[in-house]
Amino acid sequence: MKAAVVVFPGSNCDRDLAVAFRAAGADVEMVWHKDTDLPEGVDIVGVPGGFSFGDYLRCGAIAAHSPICKAVKGHADRGGYVLGVCNGFQVLTETGVLPGALLRNAGLKYICKTVGLRVETSQSAFTEGYNAGDVVDIPIAHHDGNYFADDATLAALEGEDRVAFRYTDNPNGSQRDIAGILSPNRRVLGMMPHPERAADAGHGGTDGQALFRAVAGQLTSA
Amino acid sequence: MKATVHVMLKTGVLDPQGEAVRHALGALGFDGVNGVRQGKVIELDLADGTSEADVTAMCEKLLANTVIESYRVEMG
Repeated sequence: MKAAVVVFPGSNCDRDLAVAFRAAGADVEMVWHKDTDLPEGVDIVGVPGGFSFGDYLRCGAIAAHSPICKAVKGHADRGGYVLGVCNGFQVLTETGVLPGALLRNAGLKYICKTVGLRVETSQSAFTEGYNAGDVVDIPIAHHDGNYFADDATLAALEGEDRVAFRYTDNPNGSQRDIAGILSPNRRVLGMMPHPERAADAGHGGTDGQALFRAVAGQLTSA
Repeated sequence: MKATVHVMLKTGVLDPQGEAVRHALGALGFDGVNGVRQGKVIELDLADGTSEADVTAMCEKLLANTVIESYRVEMG
């Protein structure tokens, strides 16, 4: 499996994401925000956490219009796999690859802690390593993780089994406790929690490993 | 020429910052503040001949996230 991890000015989880992909067996190439094309043969693009462009204007808004994001959107439109974590999730909503938006946390505080996530579906390359209903411990670290979408969008997400993860104890006010969602073709996952920060025994938890292993297994056998 | 863009969270979208300001006003003794919405103002210094339609396009593409925000453009 070949993965590309995007680097924006302000990304701070890009190397963590690359390490997690490599540990799962992927070849990883970093791509710069000014690049206009993804490397040849990329299976999955990782859009990492951080504070792209200082989160000026809105989280992810400026990154969404960077040259590389056009290529990422093209990759997703062609049916390619994309994983957006935290700021990466915000970027994917700003590009329109995923629906909804991320608002300021309802409690107004930046929250950095490990939270419980319930796996809502195992029907995706990202979540097939879990069972639906499993509760996993994954860290969050965000100020704007309050997922918002209109009722019709929420109904569609739930009706199409596209809610990947919900918080067991909603930390940020997200509608219907949503922590991560899938695209209609289930090949794009956006999530606020950081699975790459729970992918090595040294992290104090390894519940995120299954996500990277599942993706690597799926894309290597494809 | 100049344009001013006012960006606000849409009605019905929780504005936690506005709520915090409302609480603070109450704590200062200002009774009767039933709601506060906090938005942003973006001033654009534009080349002559830039149309309101151009500014609207800027809002739709970048300045506002129309999923959660409304915007209003003032020219001049």
